[in-house]
Amino acid sequence: MALRGNLRDITFTQILNLINLAKKTGTLVVEGPGETAQVSFREGKLAYAQVEKEESRLAVILNKNKKLSANQYRAIVQHGSNISDKELGLMLINAGYISKDDILLSLQQHCMDIAHRMFTWVEGFFRFENDMLPPDNRINVRLDLENLIIEGSRQLREWEHLQDEIPSLDMSLKFADRPGANLKNINLSVEEWRVVSYINIKNTMHQIAHTTKMNDLEIRRIIFGLLQAGLVEIVRPAGQPVTGSMRSFPTENKEEQKSLVNRLIDRIRSL
Amino acid sequence: MQTVKMVVTGPFSAGKTEFIQSVSEIDVVSTERKISSSGERTVKESTTVAMDFGRITVDDDLVLYLFGTPGQKRFDFMWEILSEGMLGFIVMVDSTRPETYREARSILETFRAYAPTPYVVAANKQDKEDAWEIEDMRHALRLDPKVKLLPCIATDRDSVKKVLLELLYSILTEMENGKR
Ligand SMILES: Nc1nc2c(ncn2[C@@H]2O[C@H](COP(=O)(O)OP(=O)(O)OP(=O)(O)O)[C@@H](O)[C@H]2O)c(=O)[nH]1
Ligand SMILES: [Mg+2]
Repeated sequence: MALRGNLRDITFTQILNLINLAKKTGTLVVEGPGETAQVSFREGKLAYAQVEKEESRLAVILNKNKKLSANQYRAIVQHGSNISDKELGLMLINAGYISKDDILLSLQQHCMDIAHRMFTWVEGFFRFENDMLPPDNRINVRLDLENLIIEGSRQLREWEHLQDEIPSLDMSLKFADRPGANLKNINLSVEEWRVVSYINIKNTMHQIAHTTKMNDLEIRRIIFGLLQAGLVEIVRPAGQPVTGSMRSFPTENKEEQKSLVNRLIDRIRSL
Repeated sequence: MQTVKMVVTGPFSAGKTEFIQSVSEIDVVSTERKISSSGERTVKESTTVAMDFGRITVDDDLVLYLFGTPGQKRFDFMWEILSEGMLGFIVMVDSTRPETYREARSILETFRAYAPTPYVVAANKQDKEDAWEIEDMRHALRLDPKVKLLPCIATDRDSVKKVLLELLYSILTEMENGKR
């Protein structure tokens, strides 16, 4: 049976578990929020990962991991653009610039970074292509999935917890009006500041997430921290009209509504 | 004939059906079912699967309906439907089962997101020896001091009446403050 579906129903962690147990070989393609990732496996081990549209050439990865100097990197990009990763790797090792371990560790880190990012995707179509292997000009790694799966489960629990705490992102935030809550004396991270700067009763958490380019998990994580610190409160967004079908009273007239509530009060007192 | 409704919600086995039963003039039209999962059966024998439905006739012209939500999480698709057009809602919490407090909190947040109506939280089963104290519950449930957290014994009609009245007072106050 084809392994395909939506992350809403089967999480990335569950898919990894399955690939691990069945020792599968092939490539998992996941259409995440705004980006598509491809993760390849050989006999149940992670072999390669890349995100479409993101440069994943060896030189770029080594540069990101500070294994190449700026000059070395520039030289490779200028002159070596048409040699394969495998050839480049051999050249760098033979020239004594870096070790084989440096290369493998950098690639492993690169793959794990992508996997970590995918744990935060709670929605998106995926399919597993049985015969699709990573491009053969790329260097493969052999990464056991167990550790990733454990980390993924931990994140999943966090996600479930955060969903319990903040079930709906259609609500807004406002600063808690409790005395002593003073933003000036609090150390916030850059991400937290970005969220804080959009806190306004008119902005729903969805809108804040969208503006700050955070996914559902990231925004919930930050808001949960702010809630725990007692800095913010969850409130209904301002100016949201109450729709016709949501009307609670059979009458629009305020005085009639009050009289109705008073009748209810009298009746229940008399029970 | 005019009708208004209130919703009684809360985790599994909090006492929602009992609460409605205590004040409803009709036998609660309940959709109870024997419990199949052994974990939940140790708590009690039957559970509400679609909703509870109770009625209080106010006068010739006005009826109050009480809707109880099913407690098990897998029925939470019913919640939004039941919450439509409610005057207010009551979140029931079993004071003797702190392991359900977090879920109660989450249910409260979910309902709050559905509609801008007033609500109260009922700390139920206060007659039991192992019931938590109200102020401890307030901390555990992380309720703002502004939120009404009321001691409750769902099997006792007077206690249920008090909870309903507190909710109605909140509704009245909110109207007078011109929020709605
Ligand atoms: N001692 C005591 N028992 C109560 C009280 N309220 C409810 N119970 C008992 O607690 C159990 C659960 O009550 P229910 O009313 O069925 O709870 P529920 O919230 O409707 O449960 P679900 O529909 O399954 O989610 C029953 O055995 C009730 O008799 C109370 O205030 N005190
Ligand atoms: Mg019930």
